[in-house]
Order: sequence, then C-alpha cells, then structure tokens
Amino acid sequence: METIKNYYFRDMGVMLGRSMRHVSRSMDTIITVTIMPIALMLLFVYVLGGAIQSGTDKYVNYLLPGILLMAIANSIGYVSFRLFTDIQRGIFERFHSMPIARSAALWGHVLTSLVSNIISITVIIIVALIMGFRSPAGVLSWLAVGGILALFTLTLTWIAAIAGLSAKSVDGASAIAYPIHFLPLISSAFVPTKTMPAGVRAFAENQPVTSIVETIRALLFNQPVGNTIWVALAWCIAIMIVAYFFAMRVYKRRK
Amino acid sequence: MKNSIQVKGLHKSYRELHVLKGVDFEVEKGSIFALLGSNGAGKTTIVKILSTLLKQDSGEATVNGFDVISKPDNVRQSISLTGQFAAVDDVLTGRENLVMIARLRHLDNPRQVAEDLLTRFGLIDAADRKSSTYSGGMRRRLDIAMSLVGNSALIFLDEPTTGLDPEARIEVWKIVKELADNGTTVFLTTQYLEEAEQLADRIAILHEGKIIVNGTLAELKKLFPPAKVEYIEKQPTLEDIFLSIIGKK
Ligand SMILES: Nc1ncnc2c1ncn2[C@@H]1O[C@H](COP(=O)(O)OP(=O)(O)O)[C@@H](O)[C@H]1O
Ligand SMILES: [Mg+2]
Repeated sequence: METIKNYYFRDMGVMLGRSMRHVSRSMDTIITVTIMPIALMLLFVYVLGGAIQSGTDKYVNYLLPGILLMAIANSIGYVSFRLFTDIQRGIFERFHSMPIARSAALWGHVLTSLVSNIISITVIIIVALIMGFRSPAGVLSWLAVGGILALFTLTLTWIAAIAGLSAKSVDGASAIAYPIHFLPLISSAFVPTKTMPAGVRAFAENQPVTSIVETIRALLFNQPVGNTIWVALAWCIAIMIVAYFFAMRVYKRRK
Repeated sequence: MKNSIQVKGLHKSYRELHVLKGVDFEVEKGSIFALLGSNGAGKTTIVKILSTLLKQDSGEATVNGFDVISKPDNVRQSISLTGQFAAVDDVLTGRENLVMIARLRHLDNPRQVAEDLLTRFGLIDAADRKSSTYSGGMRRRLDIAMSLVGNSALIFLDEPTTGLDPEARIEVWKIVKELADNGTTVFLTTQYLEEAEQLADRIAILHEGKIIVNGTLAELKKLFPPAKVEYIEKQPTLEDIFLSIIGKK
C-alpha cells in the first residue's frame, strides 16, 4: 500500500531507535563489544607486545585491525539474542499485525548491528590513537577500511540472523557467537602466521579473517593491497549472500 | 457494512494436525464477541488468521470489509492485536513502549497519546520504569494500552486475562467494557466461561475444529432447559451448557 512505502524509512528509524536502546542499556553488551576489545588491546600492547615479533615498529599499529574485527565478532551473539527475544516475546507478531512493511522489523536489527558497531569501533580507534596508533592513510583508504568493516559486520549479522530466527532457546541463539569469536584468534590478527604449525597455519592463512585483516593493514599503511582485497571481498560477499538468503527463508517461513 | 468480521468455511492444518475444520461465524460491528474453547482448541489460530499473521488453507475471512489474503495491508490498517502473551518490550519503559507504537502508527503527537493512555490505565506512576519490573496485571494493561494506540475499529484480545489474579482480571474486564461503550468492536478469546458471560454480546464455542454453538447468552441458556430440582429451579450456568454440548456430562 502507498502509505506503508512512504513511511518505510521513518518506521525503520523507530525500529532502530528501539533496539539501539537494547544495546545502550545492556552493560553486558557494552563490555563485550567495546571494553573487552580495548582491554585486550592494552594487554597485548603493554604486556605481551614486547615479546611478539610483528615486523612493525609499533605493535599497536599491527594489532588494531584485528581488534576491530574482534569487536565486531563479539557483537554478533547479541544480534541473535535480540532477534530471538523479539520473536519469543511476540514483539515481531505485534509489528507484523500493524501497517508496517514486513521487513522493517528485521532490517531494524540489521541496522542496529551496523550503527552500534560503528560507535564501538570509533571508540576503539580513539583509544588506539591515544595509545600511539598512527596511520599515514588518506581519506580514501580510510573510507575503504570503513567499507570493508561494514561489509564484515553485515556478513556476520546475517549469519546471526539465521541463528536468532531459527533458534529454539536463548542459548541456541547465542551459540553462533562462539565459532565466530575464534576466527580472529586463529588468523594473522595478533601474530604473523609464519610461526604457526603447518596445519594451523594453512587454516589461518586461508580463512576469511586473515584476508580481511591483511587488507585493512595494507590500506592503513599505504601498502599495495594486491589480490588480498579481492579475496577478502569475495569471502564477505559470498557468505553474506548465502546467509541473507537463508535468513530471509527462515524469516518468511516463520509467519 | 454490518459485520466487522465474516468467516466462512475456514480450514487450517499444521502438518497432519487438522485444527480448524470448517469454521463459520460473524461478528457484528460494535459488539463484544467471545470465542470460547479449551486449551488447544484453535482460538489463537483463528486470531492469527484474522490478524494476517497466518494464512488459512481454505475458506474465506473478511475483516472490516477486507479479505485477509488479498488485502492484508488494509486489514492491518484497521485492527489491533493483543496476543496471548503480553508483547511488551521489556527493556523499554511503559511510556517508551507506547510512544514507539504511536510513532509506528504515524500519529501526530506520540508523547501526548502515551501520556493519556498511561493515565487512563493507571500506569502513570510506573510510566518511567522498565516494563520488566511490572507485575503481570500491569504488563497486560500496558499490552492492551499499546493496542489502543491509534483507535482501531476492531481489537483482538487473545486470552487477555489468562494468568492474571482476580483483581487484575476485573480491571481488564472494565477496560473491555469501556472499549465497547466507545464503539470499538472487540473479538475476545477465553477459556473462562464466566468471562464470556460477563463481557460478551455473543458467544461462540469452538470445539474439535468447529463452532458448535453460537448465540447470545440468553439463546445459549435456552438450549439447555433449566434442571428441575425438587422445588428450586436451577438456572444452568454457561459451564453446564458447555459441558453438556461437548458431551462431558
Ligand atoms: N505453529 C504450530 N505448529 C504446529 N502445531 C501448532 C502450531 N500452533 C498451534 N499448534 C497446535 O494447534 C492446536 C491449536 O492451537 P491454538 O490455536 O494455539 O489453540 P488455543 O489458542 O485455542 O489454545 C494445538 O494443538 C497446538 O498445539
Ligand atoms: Mg491460544
């Protein structure tokens, strides 16, 4: 109907405002997605950093991209959790019985994931700057970094959506977070892969997070991005499309 | 248009479970209609079909003159649903919940609408507390208040008093009566015979997938002649009628 289309973005704004409150009122969420990555960054730089041979003069410069991906990965369990509770509490049914576009409720959550990650990442970058992080990158490179981080967020968000929409229990909804938490740890996010044992190294070098981390590093330090950027984009886009497709299927089957 | 709801030959199965097996009824505009049935009878299924959350397998359902399948947006525009379990956002305060719904209904003054409803439903003192701190009765009142935002012509209340203490139940009854006095059509489901007796202009009993009785309370009582006991004439309660019809007595 005409009116529903006219109000689409306004309705989505209401949905966004609502679930942003779920983020800002949950101390647990704020700790996991902002404070913990910052604490890890402090730990790595001031406690472990001296012993890690990253090949860069400042370890924080090497570390930041991985910390950013980790912050995003940490936020993903909460996306499923928020979606799951909305469905279980009947909030989605309430929205779906109102004259609002069907997809607005779901997209509200996706947008919330994006916006809340932009905020936490900005905070983390500010802390990194205070810790001495410096990048010679220009505006275009920063924009590219922002784009890749946004793409990574969306990819994980749609995976989280599948879990949140199809889970039978709260634990099931949040369980998706655990394997995702591990990906940054077994990659070149914290240490170069060349010191890892062969099997682990093979996994680390060929999993999506490594290519994303390497791309962001290259962009931030004006190094050639080479093929890595295309590998990173291909991973993100391919997984996102598949996840989006499955999430939508579950979403439509629910009603 | 005399009827707010018109349902004909409604069938619905969940896989092999045949829940609705040809349901027919009408709800007159401005009336309170109670759909009575035991747990699992299919009341919620009917409510979901009428509020466009679920599609029937066959049969026709018209709500406020709009077919639920071909004109779902028009249907949604003209109804409000209060589901079986209070659908309030626990993280938000009572006021924020109401403002949110008022915004989604694109009303001009969401804050004022929220303020008025909070006052009317005795929630003004708790307005700025998270609704997770509310009692069951308060949650239900907030839930119903959220459905009144925008003054829909027809409101669905799916077991509005299940799980409430007697006092809270009476408060909800008062709200329902006020709604009907203001001309809103109320479609109510309940497992409580007394509730139907108290509130409804018309009562339909759903049993084994069909409406087995449909009439006013007076009509229903006529179906069941008063039992003669020595010298006192005992009026049947709706419970007697119900149990006798479904053959459990
Ligand atoms: N989504 C579903 N999938 C399978 N069975 C369902 C589903 N929803 C309801 N049922 C079953 O259909 C029957 C009617 O359910 P419902 O309409 O909720 O009854 P009521 O509201 O009268 O208690 C019950 O036996 C219930 O278990
Ligand atoms: Mg029910």
